[in-house]
Amino acid sequence: MVDELRPEIPAGVLVEDGEMVLNMGPHHPSTHGVIRLILTMDGEVIHTVTPDIGYLHRAIEKIAEKTPYYTFMPFTDRIDYLGAMFMNHGYAMAVEKLAGIEVPRRAEYLRVLADELNRMASHLIFMGTMTMDIGAYTPFLHALREREKINDIIEALCGARLTYNYIRVGGVSFDLPPGLTGQILDFLDGYEVFLDEFDRLITYNEIFVKRVANVGIIPADMAISYGLVGPNLRASGVDYDVRRDAPYSVYPELNFDVITGDDKYGSVGDAFNRLRVRIAETAQSARLIRQVLQKMPTGPIMGKLPRKLKLDPGKDAFSRVESSRGDTLFYIVAGGGNSPHRLRVRTGSFTALSVVPEIGQGVMVADLVAIFASTDVIAPETDR
Amino acid sequence: MNWNIVLAATIKWVFMVLVFGLGVAGILTWVERKMSAVIQDRVGPNRASILGFRMLGLFHPLADAIKAFTKEDFVPDGANRVLFFLAPLIALVPGMLAFAVLPFGPGDNLVIANMDSGIIALLAITSFGIYGATLGGWSSNNAFAMLGSLRAAAQMISYEVSMGLNLVGMFMVFGTLSFSQIVYAQGHLLGGWLPEWGIVVQPLAFILFMAAALAENKRAPFDLPEGESEIIGYNVEYSSMRFATFFLSEFFEVVLIAAIVTVLFLGGWQIPWLDPKGIAGGWIRVLQVGAFVVKTLFVIWVMMLARWTLPRFRYDQVMKLGWKIILPLSLLNILVTAIVLAML
Repeated sequence: MVDELRPEIPAGVLVEDGEMVLNMGPHHPSTHGVIRLILTMDGEVIHTVTPDIGYLHRAIEKIAEKTPYYTFMPFTDRIDYLGAMFMNHGYAMAVEKLAGIEVPRRAEYLRVLADELNRMASHLIFMGTMTMDIGAYTPFLHALREREKINDIIEALCGARLTYNYIRVGGVSFDLPPGLTGQILDFLDGYEVFLDEFDRLITYNEIFVKRVANVGIIPADMAISYGLVGPNLRASGVDYDVRRDAPYSVYPELNFDVITGDDKYGSVGDAFNRLRVRIAETAQSARLIRQVLQKMPTGPIMGKLPRKLKLDPGKDAFSRVESSRGDTLFYIVAGGGNSPHRLRVRTGSFTALSVVPEIGQGVMVADLVAIFASTDVIAPETDR
Repeated sequence: MNWNIVLAATIKWVFMVLVFGLGVAGILTWVERKMSAVIQDRVGPNRASILGFRMLGLFHPLADAIKAFTKEDFVPDGANRVLFFLAPLIALVPGMLAFAVLPFGPGDNLVIANMDSGIIALLAITSFGIYGATLGGWSSNNAFAMLGSLRAAAQMISYEVSMGLNLVGMFMVFGTLSFSQIVYAQGHLLGGWLPEWGIVVQPLAFILFMAAALAENKRAPFDLPEGESEIIGYNVEYSSMRFATFFLSEFFEVVLIAAIVTVLFLGGWQIPWLDPKGIAGGWIRVLQVGAFVVKTLFVIWVMMLARWTLPRFRYDQVMKLGWKIILPLSLLNILVTAIVLAML
């Protein structure tokens, strides 16, 4: 009776004598979303980690094949609900390239503004959940308080707080409402104070540094061979950012620094650097937002669009955006009707999860939680 | 057998343990939530109401109790039912017994059992608390609970050693094992003005004892047996009142540890420069009991601040801290105390 209730251990997991199998997830406080990690362990020390994904698979790529180009936009929100704006942006850019649609400059600036606000929100969630997984609950709520202000700003911008559907093919859906610029600047001023407080409260807290520094080190060559992207890659010391190295939108006109990991507190590529890089990136996002608000041109926010998008079958296009979880690629092949033949989305979480079994060997359970949290894997993006 | 003594002890026990101990522990569930809310920039619990009176959410402990009593009492398949039922009680009862030796005020009337070897009795009784967490996790037939109970056993046994050793310095300075005598002794004035509190004569022991007590008590930053983001905790399979009993025992231990720290290091019921012999009686005695309560609450407040500020240690770091830092420092403290006492 008891053994019947035990979850099945997949065939790929080999259990040796004296090992305990621990089924971490799919609903576990620190496997964000629903990801299952099957651990074989000896006491507290982990021998192997086997991720089991697919609990949030919604066949989004398949849905795209049945949905008209314009109408698919709300689905992209659901690919990564913490970075919905990037998914909107990436899909919109891919369709625009495919159909040769021009985007007005004001719309491009609004896109970057929305992107960077979203990046801050997403990284704030990361900062909060990572510190919470290490056992500090207070920084989590402080981070969410700041994110709440971003949610308010984005709500004023487009009416939605999580799945924005703001960036549309050809432009954006709403213009900047009056008074929002002041609200954003107020938020950015307060954000500097918050970052300072957060650093003093947790980032450089001795216990915290001991817990995450030198834990889960991903060397640069391993990061590249596993295809890590975004902050995870940069924390390993690889200086690569799609916004700078494969520029899109109006990023070439703006100044920002690409943050990479250093070995001031731990070593390059450890969990501490993955946190530090993201914290520093939110400051860069704040810098970008200030520039965008300064340079914001006037003009229309929506380009000229055909009422129904019909494209030559077989024509393809791809776009890349630097989302909060890294290089995200949208590849579209046009189909016969007004929907794509195939849409492929390449996201950062999947590869980030694939490196966890490698660096999770021989660590303790608490370290695995820190490693998993530091890679910023979220389930919907892994499964799509 | 003198029934008067039994009756008196029972009355004292009801007031000190059930009214003060459990009362404070119950209110602490509210205090902890409200305090974390203030630290975290939230409102905190404020919904429970009686006839529209919300009282800042003070009815939440009451609502929790009703909820805990009426929820399903779930027992997992394959659990060792006897131990599973006993474990919460084993966790709660030692804390209640340990209160017997703590003096709430001067004289024999404000302590249940004025034992000559009070500290030894207290250490012996509180050691039983380990069994609650360990058996609770082990009997649940759950891998997470098992890990939690192993952590609890290792951690509590390790830190008990340091906790006991830190008190040795106190015995040497005050020359007694009786809590009541130690509190009287702390009324002496050093150099005519400085009260001879434990924190003054044994500052290192105070810090080490606080750290060891937090660890012994499974409170943050040593809350590894619970570690809700890693292994969810030794009590993961418990529900309803059994879970609430574990919860209550944790808060009860907070009160107990705070009371011990107060008695040993913060002068117990002593109000500086006021009636150090405890012979005044009357309103001054009421004030002295009040001083004991206030000091206890202050220590609880410090423990809660730590809980909501610090992240959690890792298992090996806790062991290293216990055996390689706190234990040697405790031994050093004893050595230094002995040398100083020999020289005086």
